[in-house]
Amino acid sequence: MIIHKDRLVESRSTFIFICLLGFVLIPALYLGGILSIGDINMLGRFMTFAILALGLDLLWGYVGILSLCQFTFFCMGAYAMGMHLAHHGGPEGIIDSNGWKIPACLFVVYPYEVGESSGDALVPGFWKPFWNLPVTIVLGLCIPALASFVLSFFVFRSRVRGVYFAILTQAIAVACWLVLCRNDVKLCGTNGLTRFDVIAPSGSLFTFNPVDATNDWKGVHADNPNMDLNQDGFVDQLDYSIANVGFSLSDPGVQLSLYLITVTCLLGSYLLCRWIVNSRLGKVLVAIRDDEPTLNFFGYKPYKFKIFAFCIAATLAGLAGLLYVPQMKIVTPSNMEAVRSVMVVVWVAVGGRGSLGGAILGALVVNLLYNYLTSEHDYGFFQWSPDYWPIFLGLMFVVVVLFLPKGLIELVDRVKSTTFLKSIKKQEAES
Amino acid sequence: MTEENLLLNPALAKYRDCRPSQVQKDYWASRYVLFVENLSVSFDGFKAVDIPNYGVSHGELRVIIGPNGAGKTTFCDLVSGKTPSSTGKVHFDGRDISGLDESEIALLGIGRKFQTPTVFDSLSTYENLLLALPGNQGWRKNLLEKEKEEETVQVLEILKKVGLFEQRNELAKSLSHGQRQWLAISALIISKPRLLLVDEPAAGLTDKETEKTADLLLELAQDHTLIVIEHDMDFVRRLNSTVTVLNEGKVLAEGTIDEMEENEEVMEAYLGR
Repeated sequence: MIIHKDRLVESRSTFIFICLLGFVLIPALYLGGILSIGDINMLGRFMTFAILALGLDLLWGYVGILSLCQFTFFCMGAYAMGMHLAHHGGPEGIIDSNGWKIPACLFVVYPYEVGESSGDALVPGFWKPFWNLPVTIVLGLCIPALASFVLSFFVFRSRVRGVYFAILTQAIAVACWLVLCRNDVKLCGTNGLTRFDVIAPSGSLFTFNPVDATNDWKGVHADNPNMDLNQDGFVDQLDYSIANVGFSLSDPGVQLSLYLITVTCLLGSYLLCRWIVNSRLGKVLVAIRDDEPTLNFFGYKPYKFKIFAFCIAATLAGLAGLLYVPQMKIVTPSNMEAVRSVMVVVWVAVGGRGSLGGAILGALVVNLLYNYLTSEHDYGFFQWSPDYWPIFLGLMFVVVVLFLPKGLIELVDRVKSTTFLKSIKKQEAES
Repeated sequence: MTEENLLLNPALAKYRDCRPSQVQKDYWASRYVLFVENLSVSFDGFKAVDIPNYGVSHGELRVIIGPNGAGKTTFCDLVSGKTPSSTGKVHFDGRDISGLDESEIALLGIGRKFQTPTVFDSLSTYENLLLALPGNQGWRKNLLEKEKEEETVQVLEILKKVGLFEQRNELAKSLSHGQRQWLAISALIISKPRLLLVDEPAAGLTDKETEKTADLLLELAQDHTLIVIEHDMDFVRRLNSTVTVLNEGKVLAEGTIDEMEENEEVMEAYLGR
């Protein structure tokens, strides 16, 4: 017996919308020649932002926890993938004394100790697990999950709430950004990780270090007379890198695949979030937003539920980061600036807080507008300058808050309900 | 001398504030479902509650009255774990529950309704009660399991009983004040506590609603232990049970409502004569 109409149940239309837009419309436009591969690449990146927004919406829209460090978790995933791609990136560089090629981006800003020369540079130990792609993906998801668990366990258990929590997360975002900007943490400082070349070479799937990968490669191509590709007299990892055994990131086919993987992940994240908010646990989450102290008296421990939601949001952020880097081909600490995390809040607020479809819509719309409006446009009577963007963003925010308190998704709902009403009236008139 | 008036015996009165021996504890546990000893709490030096000994028997309906600021709600806060006590202990069902947090105390079987009806506004009436059901307070079970058929039936039964069946799918924020009071009481009932702390159930209700609430509480009292805090004298009279008068954090008198109205000390505390 189903007895309650559940307005928290996300309608099926969001699911259909993602499928149609992501899998049909955009690839069709690309194949039809209307969208370039660059556009596909950009849309793929915005889809990763939509995953990020989904996580924040679960956290802010449903549980009422305002987190201002989502991009910090995003960067944990992004840097994991960045280190992985840097390991496999490009032929340039040198081999250190342990037989690891020092990634080019690290080599140019290597923080030498006093008295060290370029020959003393070593690939740091914490870079090494990221040689392997499956390990990278697992770590890219587990590091933000673990970090968010440790943070939220202590914070929520001591009942830090509301604005205090928001300020705390903002401070964490700034602190992490400052740490990452430093050169001596060996994550390339403000330059960021770059010079990515290939993704998923076989060496990254089945081996855990470049020595094995190079040996495997040598074994497979042993009958090839010319294996010393850079002609330096050795057959080593540099030659293995030049051999380019993997999918080139500049190949349109690879970029389209990455885009499709991103859409699949977005769909998966959406289904996960929908499953959570439609379960009984989802009701508990909403109850926490409404009146957390009272929930204690029903025997619930709200902090456990908050930790759960926070970890899910952070893991989704990590996933978004993992997917973002191969499409952006660079990751710098600027992704971690406090402003970026606040922007996630803006996406969710504009799209529709407390509606999963709204979060996706908000992330896509705001980013597309950002992309369009931060270049110059000549409308004849009016010259649009990129400088106007902050004004436009502020105006849009105010308009949405004033006229569409539930976000842009409300507009969609209104259109849907009017057409729905019209069809009912039509039916009535006919009968 | 019977056990009942052991504590009231003037010769033994000086022992009243002493720490109880295990024998006394066991005796209390058998006689009282809730027993507090030496319970006090002070806010900035002001003693809001200071009760040497106080117990509520199994299956009893006890009404606590008292003027504003007498410490009635604070007493509930202390029992339910919302406020930590400065000194003293609270025993529930033979177990020392002082120092436990609210959710642990709730799971032990002490339910609480607040002065202002606390319901979850963005959930429907049905979902509000679904959350209050016992045995589903962990997150894993909540995530993986749907509500069972019998749980749905249980919720619907109680909704019919309090007359909220028609509103089962409406959001709690659209309910009237009276309906919210009843929803809060229903949530309390459905969580099947062994002791119910009901704080001002009749506040802001119409006469008819008050009557209905009193009947509901009387029905509950048949198989639950209740502590009801109330101001409304008609309401208290209707409940027709033992009344405890609190004043300035202390127990002033105990007896039937008629006895209390004849008690000069009580009248003085109430009317300031």
